[in-house]
Amino acid sequence: MKTNFLLLHTITRIVTFIILSFSIFLFFAGHNNPGGGFIGGLMTAAALLLLYISFDMKTIKVVLPFDYSKIIAVGLLIAIGTGLNSLFHGDAFLTQYFDYFDVPVLGEIELTTALPFDLGVYLVVVAVALLTIITIAEDDA
Amino acid sequence: MEILMIITVGVLFSVSTYLILTKSLLRVILGIVLLSHGAHLLLLTMSGLKEGAPPLLGEGAESYADPLPQALILTAIVISFGVTAFLLVLAYRTYKEHKTDDLDQLRGNADE
Amino acid sequence: MTSLHYLVLAPFITALIVPFLYKWFRKVHTGWFVLILPITLFVYLLQYLPVGGERLEPLQLEVPWVPSLGINFTIYLDGLSLLFALLITGIGALVVLYSIYYIANKKDEPLNNFYVYLLMFMGAMLGVVLSDNLIVIYVFWELTSLASSLLIAYWFHKEKSRYGAQKSMLITVTGGFSMLAGFSLLYVMTNSFSIRVIVDHAGEIVNSPLFIPAMLLILLGAFTKSAQFPFHIWLPDAMEAPTPVSAYLHSATMVKAGIYLVARLTPVFGGTAQWFWIITAFGLVTLTWGSVSAVRQKDLKAILAYSTISQLGLIMSLLGMGSAALHYDIADEYKIYSIAVMAAVFHLINHATFKGALFMAVGIVDHETGTRDIRKLGGLMSLMPVTFTISLIGLASMAGLPPFNGFLSKEMFFAGVLEISSLEIFNVRTLGLLLPVIAWLASIFTFVYCAIMLFKTFLGKHQPEKLEKKAHEAPVGMLISPIILVSLVVIIGLFPNILAYTVIEPAMQSILPNLSGTDPFYVNIYHWHGFNTELFMTIGVVLFGVLIYKNLSRWQQTAFFLKERDPLNAVYDSGLDGLVAGSQRVTNMQMTGLLRDYFMFMIVFMVALLGWAFIRFDALAFDFVNVAEISPYLWIITFVLIAAVISIPFIGHRITAIVAVGVVGFLIALLFVVLRAPDLALTQLLVETVMVVLFLLCFYHLPELRKEKFTPRFKITNLIISIGVGVIVTLTAFSAHAMRHGKASWVESISQYFIENSKPLAGGYNMVNVILVDFRGFDTMLEIVVLGIAALGVVTLIKLRMKGGEDV
Repeated sequence: MKTNFLLLHTITRIVTFIILSFSIFLFFAGHNNPGGGFIGGLMTAAALLLLYISFDMKTIKVVLPFDYSKIIAVGLLIAIGTGLNSLFHGDAFLTQYFDYFDVPVLGEIELTTALPFDLGVYLVVVAVALLTIITIAEDDA
Repeated sequence: MEILMIITVGVLFSVSTYLILTKSLLRVILGIVLLSHGAHLLLLTMSGLKEGAPPLLGEGAESYADPLPQALILTAIVISFGVTAFLLVLAYRTYKEHKTDDLDQLRGNADE
Repeated sequence: MTSLHYLVLAPFITALIVPFLYKWFRKVHTGWFVLILPITLFVYLLQYLPVGGERLEPLQLEVPWVPSLGINFTIYLDGLSLLFALLITGIGALVVLYSIYYIANKKDEPLNNFYVYLLMFMGAMLGVVLSDNLIVIYVFWELTSLASSLLIAYWFHKEKSRYGAQKSMLITVTGGFSMLAGFSLLYVMTNSFSIRVIVDHAGEIVNSPLFIPAMLLILLGAFTKSAQFPFHIWLPDAMEAPTPVSAYLHSATMVKAGIYLVARLTPVFGGTAQWFWIITAFGLVTLTWGSVSAVRQKDLKAILAYSTISQLGLIMSLLGMGSAALHYDIADEYKIYSIAVMAAVFHLINHATFKGALFMAVGIVDHETGTRDIRKLGGLMSLMPVTFTISLIGLASMAGLPPFNGFLSKEMFFAGVLEISSLEIFNVRTLGLLLPVIAWLASIFTFVYCAIMLFKTFLGKHQPEKLEKKAHEAPVGMLISPIILVSLVVIIGLFPNILAYTVIEPAMQSILPNLSGTDPFYVNIYHWHGFNTELFMTIGVVLFGVLIYKNLSRWQQTAFFLKERDPLNAVYDSGLDGLVAGSQRVTNMQMTGLLRDYFMFMIVFMVALLGWAFIRFDALAFDFVNVAEISPYLWIITFVLIAAVISIPFIGHRITAIVAVGVVGFLIALLFVVLRAPDLALTQLLVETVMVVLFLLCFYHLPELRKEKFTPRFKITNLIISIGVGVIVTLTAFSAHAMRHGKASWVESISQYFIENSKPLAGGYNMVNVILVDFRGFDTMLEIVVLGIAALGVVTLIKLRMKGGEDV
């Protein structure tokens, strides 16, 4: 039986990108408003899951050719790397720094080392959620 | 409000304990999920539920809800997600290998 | 770190290099490299000997290790330590030299293991005798046990080796552990682990109620290590080790660690009746038991093992008797009783020389004939003249014949026993006469087994047909070490006073410190004392010894002599079996293999603990002064939540159950919104979403929920436990809340810090996120590590399966 998922596919295409952009917004908003690495990561994962559910596994494999277990490693390394950075400045492991900069168009923005750390968290959360679910789904034994 | 929350927590703990003590692996996992819910709620309640703004300084409020338990719980939620995922897969694999999810039948040899 | 610290560490450092030397210089016997170390150390230590009449000033050198606990790696070098250190390095050098010839450099011979263990032992033993700190002593003490057991099991493919290794390990480590407990009690009494400090407080310790327990525990350690009756049974089985090891560890050094400890702590415990009697009694019993058991052995090494046991008992009893001297303050009596201590120190040296030589001689016999069984040996005198001479001198010294050093210390032993038997304190009067009698009897048996060893091995008829090899004299290299040792036997025998002021007196000062004023010890050793009781005792020993030996064939028919194995072994063996069976039973009782039981243990324990804490600290409290108002939404959410939760156990359908749990999750998220926790609400919502996908995926493969077929009793137990948990959690929550927010609030929250500092210190407005990534960043980092591990676990479970029908 051939089922037609046209409606689902069309909506998914649009909605996924809305969710994805919202998740990126949440990630960056994290320092001052609700959001951050965990929430952004989980939302990204949810968006991608929607893709996986509505399309079949093979199609998405082509679109997102990532090895999630490597992304976990990258995320962990980024997080640890920010921690090591503070060691070079003579502070305790994982001391975070921040400062304000004037950027022409955007005005004054805050840059903090917590952001790359949160990025590490984000990557790990996305990868863990997707890796777990995809691994189970792929298991045909 | 605290009284109500505490009673809710007590119910959550009771039910999850009951589920954990059953013989079906699935119920045990559900029980553990509920148990973590209970623990999160307990933590939050313990910090006091007095009025106060959400812990966002941008609100510019007089008083804020306690941010520390919230940070703790956020960590706990994510960890329990990881643990639950692992448990689920463990149950799934166990069932695949042994064709049963009855813990009574899954028990090993007495001499092990 | 001083040079003496490095002296202790040097063997360990060398042990690290040995495997490489073994690998790179395969042609050269590794022993040659190792040999350099003990010789260097020995020569280095010699410089501390007081040769020119000056006194040996104790050295104390401290290196902090765990200063907060009072544990420092403090080297303390005085007469006693120096004596032992010289023995360890000196005999060590000879043994290494001997081992080069004894253990041939064959292809599959793990020489590197042998020397690593041997060096480990050497370093540990030096650590024991040179440390001042009890904990450091304990660490090194256990290391010697470990090294000893590894060396016993050197030929681990032999079943007996493994048995012996396990036995020695179990017995000595048990003793070591009890010793640690004793040390801790000493710490409780004096607040210090330093022996120096403890000795200074000796006067106060005597009156403490912990005095006797501490003494008994420490003595247990010393007795197990020094193979005192009834813990001596490990030593004969330790003879499975290569002979150099037996000569080194199991006669000259390690088994004397217990003696060292007793001598070292004599200033602390000595002078009391308990110390005097316990050590004397154990020593004398060991002496007798060892010498009597030695007579019935058929294996040369077994004879030597029991003889070592008996000689250790002799030294131990001398130390016990000598401790009586500490009871007196008057110099004259002090001197009289200190003769026992002098005999102990002197005999310790003599025993190391003659027993070392004898072990090596037996090793040679074993090596060149292929057997150690005295029933097969005989008539080797003409074939192995050098070995015969070595054995003759060694055995004569052990039997206590002039002019060798054994005679001198035996005479001193008799003198000491006789003096003590007329002691006026410790109720010696009643039992005093027994002491010389026991000592004399044991000496007769010592004479007999010495005679057996000599005559059965070297005299009589040679039986080449029973030997695996054609007997011939050993290579020169193998003979060097025993020749050096027997030369010492002769030299010390003829000129005993060369040791008197250099070695014996400083050592005695360490054991009996309270008279180290002017020149209290008149150490002067003669052969000829005139016709006194001691001499007649020796003559009696020889007479009766010869008599017994002549009638040996008749004696050996008795049941007592036919039984070679020590009857105490049965106790050990059945004890070990019982231990294994017992722990299996306990394990089976608690490890039921049923998940429910494990959960039950945990939950019941938690409930009991909390309940006990409530009662014990009277912690139950209710206080609702500062409770917040309940908003109408909250009523609704809570009501639905409770209903959903309660319904879950009754659901019999898996999808429904998942949905119900999902509902609970989303309701909790809503609760978070109401309770002003936006980050939590978002996280919970998203986690719940992902989790539902996960659940559905897994449950798709899992079977339908079955109706639980429980007996009513089972159900009621579960119900009671779960309600108990709920109640106790609720009560805990109420009480905690009352203490935190009620009128009697006395707990200061630390949250204010985060509220105040999240902007100035971390530049963020979202306090929760700031705590996560900045203030408690380390926790978050570990958390994502945990997540990563969980994900990898999932992948491992599913993807990395072994092929084939394995039982998972």
